[in-house]
Amino acid sequence: MTQQQARVGVDIGGTFTDIALDLNGTLFTGKVLTNYHQPEQAILDGIHLVCERAGIAETDITTVIHGTTLVTNSLIERRGARTAFITTDGFRDVVEMRTENRFEQYDLNLTLPTPLVKRTDRYTVKERVSASGDVITDIDPSELAALVERIVAEGYEAIAVGFIHSYANDVNEVTVQKAFAKAAPELSVSISSHVSPQMREFQRFNTVIANAYVRPQVAAYLGRLVERLKATGVTCPVFMMHSAGGLISVDTASEFPVRLLESGPAGGAIFAAKFAASYGENQVVSFDMGGTTAKICLIEDGKPKTANTFEVARTYRFAKGSGMPLSTPVVEMVEIGAGGGSIAHVDDMKQIRVGPKSAASEPGPACYQRGGQHPTVTDANLLLGRLDPDLFAGGDIPLSVPLAGEAMTNKVASVAGLDQEQAAFGVTEVVDENMANAARVHTVENGKEIGNFAMIAFGGGAPLHACRLCEKLSMDYLVIPPGAGVGSAIGFLNAPFSYEATKGMYQRLTEFDPQRINALLSSLRAEALEFVQRGAGDIDTTTRVQAFMRYTGQGGEIAIDIDYKDYVASDVETFRTQFEAGYHRLFGRTIDGLGIEITNWSITVASTLAPVEPITLRRSGKQIAITKTREFFDAALRKVVTAAEVQRHTLQPGDAVSGPAVIVEDETSTIVTTGYTVVAQDDKSMLLVNKKIMGAI
Amino acid sequence: MTLSNVDYQIMWNRLVAVVEEQATTLIRTAFSTSVREAGDLSAGVFDCRGRMIAQAVTGTPGHVNAMAESVPHFIEEIGSDNICEGDVYLTNDPWKGTGHLHDFTMVSPAFYQGKHVGFFAATAHVVDIGGRGYGPDANEVYEEGLLVPIMKFIDRGEVNKGLVNIIRNNVREQDQVIGDLYSLAACNAAGDARLMDMMNEFNLLELETLSDFIIDNSRAATLARIAALPDGTYHNEMMVDGYEAAVDMRVALTIAGDTLLADFAGTSGPSKFGVNVPMVYTRAYACYGLKCAIAPDIPNNTGSLKPFDVTAPEGCILNAPHPAPVSVRHVLGHFVPDVVLGALHKCIPGVSPAEGASALWNVLLSARPTDPTSGLRSSEILMFNSGGMGARATLDGLSATAFPSGVSTMSAEATEHVGPLTIWQKDLLEGSGGSGEFRGGLGQTIVISANEGYELYFNAMFDRIQFPARGREQGKNGGVGSVMLDDGTVLKGKGRQLIPAGRKLILQLPGGGGYGDPKKRPEALVRADLEAGYITQDQAVNDYCLTL
Repeated sequence: MTQQQARVGVDIGGTFTDIALDLNGTLFTGKVLTNYHQPEQAILDGIHLVCERAGIAETDITTVIHGTTLVTNSLIERRGARTAFITTDGFRDVVEMRTENRFEQYDLNLTLPTPLVKRTDRYTVKERVSASGDVITDIDPSELAALVERIVAEGYEAIAVGFIHSYANDVNEVTVQKAFAKAAPELSVSISSHVSPQMREFQRFNTVIANAYVRPQVAAYLGRLVERLKATGVTCPVFMMHSAGGLISVDTASEFPVRLLESGPAGGAIFAAKFAASYGENQVVSFDMGGTTAKICLIEDGKPKTANTFEVARTYRFAKGSGMPLSTPVVEMVEIGAGGGSIAHVDDMKQIRVGPKSAASEPGPACYQRGGQHPTVTDANLLLGRLDPDLFAGGDIPLSVPLAGEAMTNKVASVAGLDQEQAAFGVTEVVDENMANAARVHTVENGKEIGNFAMIAFGGGAPLHACRLCEKLSMDYLVIPPGAGVGSAIGFLNAPFSYEATKGMYQRLTEFDPQRINALLSSLRAEALEFVQRGAGDIDTTTRVQAFMRYTGQGGEIAIDIDYKDYVASDVETFRTQFEAGYHRLFGRTIDGLGIEITNWSITVASTLAPVEPITLRRSGKQIAITKTREFFDAALRKVVTAAEVQRHTLQPGDAVSGPAVIVEDETSTIVTTGYTVVAQDDKSMLLVNKKIMGAI
Repeated sequence: MTLSNVDYQIMWNRLVAVVEEQATTLIRTAFSTSVREAGDLSAGVFDCRGRMIAQAVTGTPGHVNAMAESVPHFIEEIGSDNICEGDVYLTNDPWKGTGHLHDFTMVSPAFYQGKHVGFFAATAHVVDIGGRGYGPDANEVYEEGLLVPIMKFIDRGEVNKGLVNIIRNNVREQDQVIGDLYSLAACNAAGDARLMDMMNEFNLLELETLSDFIIDNSRAATLARIAALPDGTYHNEMMVDGYEAAVDMRVALTIAGDTLLADFAGTSGPSKFGVNVPMVYTRAYACYGLKCAIAPDIPNNTGSLKPFDVTAPEGCILNAPHPAPVSVRHVLGHFVPDVVLGALHKCIPGVSPAEGASALWNVLLSARPTDPTSGLRSSEILMFNSGGMGARATLDGLSATAFPSGVSTMSAEATEHVGPLTIWQKDLLEGSGGSGEFRGGLGQTIVISANEGYELYFNAMFDRIQFPARGREQGKNGGVGSVMLDDGTVLKGKGRQLIPAGRKLILQLPGGGGYGDPKKRPEALVRADLEAGYITQDQAVNDYCLTL
């Protein structure tokens, strides 16, 4: 067994720890409950489980790739280190004043999230760097020495440093870092010019604080994990998945844990992206629906869309602005409070509302028979025949139709003046409408028309809802891949090593300075390459450069891909045309007479992955004989239809089932509406095709 | 397909999504800082009769009722017979739009299968409208810039080039202003495309039935909320700085059954300067304040807005007729919610917060080279800053947070890239929150200077320098604001002034009022506030009676 590749992906989620083992191209998967006290224990148990299934020993494993939501949870639950923040005199309250905005206009009793570091733990020092990066005020060594002494004496576990304009010049932050290294070498110090050197102080300060806050815990956890893996014979390299969908070393992760925040969802996006790439589908929306939320991500040309800022720990119905905005590279997702557990109610205008409150797993939907009184999306699906009461979770959780009906009648039907079926239909239709609207707005924000996209759906709830979403969004193709229940863990196995280095450097095209740009790009590339090589050694890499550009006077930038090369003065025209093309793509026009400027820069170095094996999608197939039927409520037709019921594992490549149909498997069911036909694919995916398109082929 | 109740509800949801998309399109393409950064915009869909059916939640309250009222003006002036497919109309008439010349309202009729079915409307604050520039110093609206009466911007697909040319020749930053007009038209078109999809999907031939469903439901829910309030007439009065003289703002709020009337009779007369408020804007903010307290969850549409009846005698500062100057009507407009919420407090105690800083402290800075021959370039920098909100009956006030306006501040780092200035401080103002069982929100201190080679002019439009935000139920007043230079020179709260080269401007923004007797605040919280520097030692001892 010496030549084989046995790669393991591990995703620690809020409820389950998912494991995927790729043994020379064959997948083995498993799920164990997440262990909050000793997360590494669940990993060891899970690895043991899949090794048994694959018939290998732990010592045969060649790579472990790990992603986790634990870092995010630690931020949300405020379980991080006792942290001090040091900032420029005059800016002590940046992280408390936030954007000076209320994210909900009509709530007089609104509360804002409190900063991770409270005011008494925020210190200032006299120093100043200008917007152009010149030091206006040097740090006074004696003031600094006194401050360091005071902070060390206070017994903080972590230090964050964030100075105004430090992205443009890190000298004063580094001075502080060195002072601590001398006075208290064991103390963990994070500085904003290294963690997130991007313009905009609120986001940068938040980012460095979040990094410092979780760093001692993450470093300790990762240290323990590696030790315990070794003790059980897993001596192979361990890598971490980062939020932007690539791998980094454990050391890098311990230094910049803020980069791990969205690693789980990023794995899901990579999972979908691989299918998109193998089918040659260039415009894909991934749709992941679980118990509490639904996530939507755009995947173009086989790559999930990334962003440089995102908001973590939203506190108010997932409202934009109610969380902590961070500037760190991330796979860009829209998350809304819509899942199987989302609770439905009727408002004062007799309108059905769904979510964002969730019945979670305890007590769970009313039909779980665990005391839940509120009707949820799962209850509605059950009442509409979309779920089989005896086969939910492979039969592990028997569902009660009467309890679902009772909750639906009491809390929705009787209040809104509807019959039970209409109420259940209303609940699913409202949640589908909410998800469809979120997906549509997200594509609009990216200057795209969603009808031109295909959808790839995974996560427990997605196959129940995805076909209806496609109807609402005029999307003709929907892929339900296999193994979708542990999609993120599988996705980890398909990720490249990558690192994104970013930096704020302001430049107007009228003052285009190729030398400064070249110097910046080569230093960013060297930085990114070093982190990639730390994990992957000396391997083939690709380099992607993005300049964040805007018209002078605008507040938001758009990301423009540019080449990695030595620029000369005449290249200013290239920047202009690239920007104008990008602007036109997003907004449908350009504007003459305005200046153009660049604010932030980013370079991503990634290991070159083996090309994905192309698979030709079967867009039509041969209708199989139907032996079993059941009834479900078809939303587009507004009526109950008799549907074919087929076990997914019996489908052979090329088999087709014309909707209405229910394709059943242990983890979930796929609803194929009357307007679609499902075709089984060579790679065990299912493709749902709009019948109108099929007719045209 | 017969449409069921559930279908109507789905279409209602969809319309809200449609107008959100309309607003998103505008935010993403607009040049105006206040649109992009501050959400100073509004977007909505209307039926043929000009009734607003849905409005984007994004947007600032000042435009809420104002834009809702504007479409009937368009129908009247354009004339039903003259409404054609491919048309787009506009105006920036302060009395028919949203209260000052800087706001353009763009209205596009929607046609389905050749039949007129409704309108989309959008409002945005443009960068410049000519005249004296954005500031309170004009004495008549004529000095404040160009007024475009209701007319066609696009006539059956043809852009009105003459109009574009006139605007282009009357404003600074022509490209941005014209660009924003096209953004407004484009966002209406984006909404229109989605509406057509929806009408196809549901086989709708008209919007009136859906409009009735939405408006009737919303009206009924709103009337039920009003009916639940105790009948009576409740008075309130509040003094604010104004421009040349203090302004007395008065309201009588009458609840009778399911009717509500806010009457501003007794309020001071007009100012000679641009702090006057057109009636539409007064109504918008009165309605917003009351709606927050009475019916915050009911979506904005004609049905939910109409039950809030608001009136003010013509000629008072809150109902200033043409040609009164109205450029910075937001200052007094932002105080209107405090006034009506104070009256409502007498009707239903425990819902209205204490008074807050309320009026935004917008700073419009002009950086000019001290040596005009130096070749250095001039620039304009706009900043939005907020003082403290009033404390609530069970919660402290929010510090440095905009209310009632819905704006955001900009990053100090980003602002320093816009023009040659340095922001030396932007921090909470210690001790500025009114003491109370629940403490008022803190204001903030901002210190700014021009970089070498420049001097700065700024247009002050600041209030609550003489009259503080008052506390409620024995809560103390919030701290007053101040405007000065670092050499101690005290500057005016309103009007254009100079920050000489080498000097720093120091702005201290007012805090919000406290709620409840400070002595009732738990000692541990008072000590924590003192340790964190939210309150001063003086407040701790004298207001909170803390023994040190």
